[in-house]
Amino acid sequence: MAMSRDEIFKSVQVVLAETLMVDEEEVLPESSLVKDLGAESIDFLDIVFRLEKKFGFKIQQGELFTENVMSDPKLVQDGRFTADGIEVLSQKMPHLNFTAFSADPRVDRLSELFTVRALMDFVERKLAAGGVPATN
Amino acid sequence: MRWLWIDTIVKYEPGKRLVAVKNVSLAEEHLHDHFACDAQGPAQPLVPASLLLEGLAQTSGILVGSVQEFREKVILAKVTRFTLDADVGPGHCVRFDATIERLDVAGASTQGTIERLSHADGEWRAIGSGSLMFSHIDRNFAGREFPKENFVFGENFRTILSGSGLQRFLDDAGQRGRPVASR
Repeated sequence: MAMSRDEIFKSVQVVLAETLMVDEEEVLPESSLVKDLGAESIDFLDIVFRLEKKFGFKIQQGELFTENVMSDPKLVQDGRFTADGIEVLSQKMPHLNFTAFSADPRVDRLSELFTVRALMDFVERKLAAGGVPATN
Repeated sequence: MRWLWIDTIVKYEPGKRLVAVKNVSLAEEHLHDHFACDAQGPAQPLVPASLLLEGLAQTSGILVGSVQEFREKVILAKVTRFTLDADVGPGHCVRFDATIERLDVAGASTQGTIERLSHADGEWRAIGSGSLMFSHIDRNFAGREFPKENFVFGENFRTILSGSGLQRFLDDAGQRGRPVASR
């Protein structure tokens, strides 16, 4: 049976609490991984590994978190994503919501898009695409 | 990996598990300061817990590095969990037992245990454990660039490999495992 949105949230909450050493109550859908929960770059890899273990699917590098976009001058100019850059990101990362970000697409604001809700959306898409949730 | 906290590798299961040991000697100078005698009492030579963690990290890091035949720069990036329940001092032998939990192009997570052999009773005793994260730093999420030479797996590390019977990592035209700068 497919996992409900609430079940996905509870599982993501546990993963983030374990990874980032925060209380589960602090992990809310709107929480930013970096700004609110204190995630650092290596934590992203830890989160990837733990989500794979928790939900039983594989995550390719660059599938959940960004890579290899910052140094491409077609995608980033003067510290801001170009229209092409946002388009590329939107296609590669449909779990992120670029609506508000597009108005001020500074590179240093990108981390704000990585919220608990974005992770839930990612997991939901992966499971719907055939990923099998683990039993524990 | 310049200040080695393992003496030799005693077991290697490619891509899965690596076990290393360290013999603790009173000749190690740092033990004379940790802890020196003072007005509170006599000297208590004990291996600092941080160095036992370092030994486990070196054991785990070599295991992770071996998967890509030491081409990646493998850096300890996160101590997810570490516990130590007993002291280690002169005359003890320490065994670090590391396994890879998950590995991909960006890095790896490992699990490890620390055991201590006491010559008083000849028994190995589990005294600690840890979960570690390693980054292949040239492929890190932050996108930073690092020197081309592999400063992680240097000459000291080659000594460990050759002294542990893992010569095959060094035998590929004498190049594998050698720092890039010295090729």
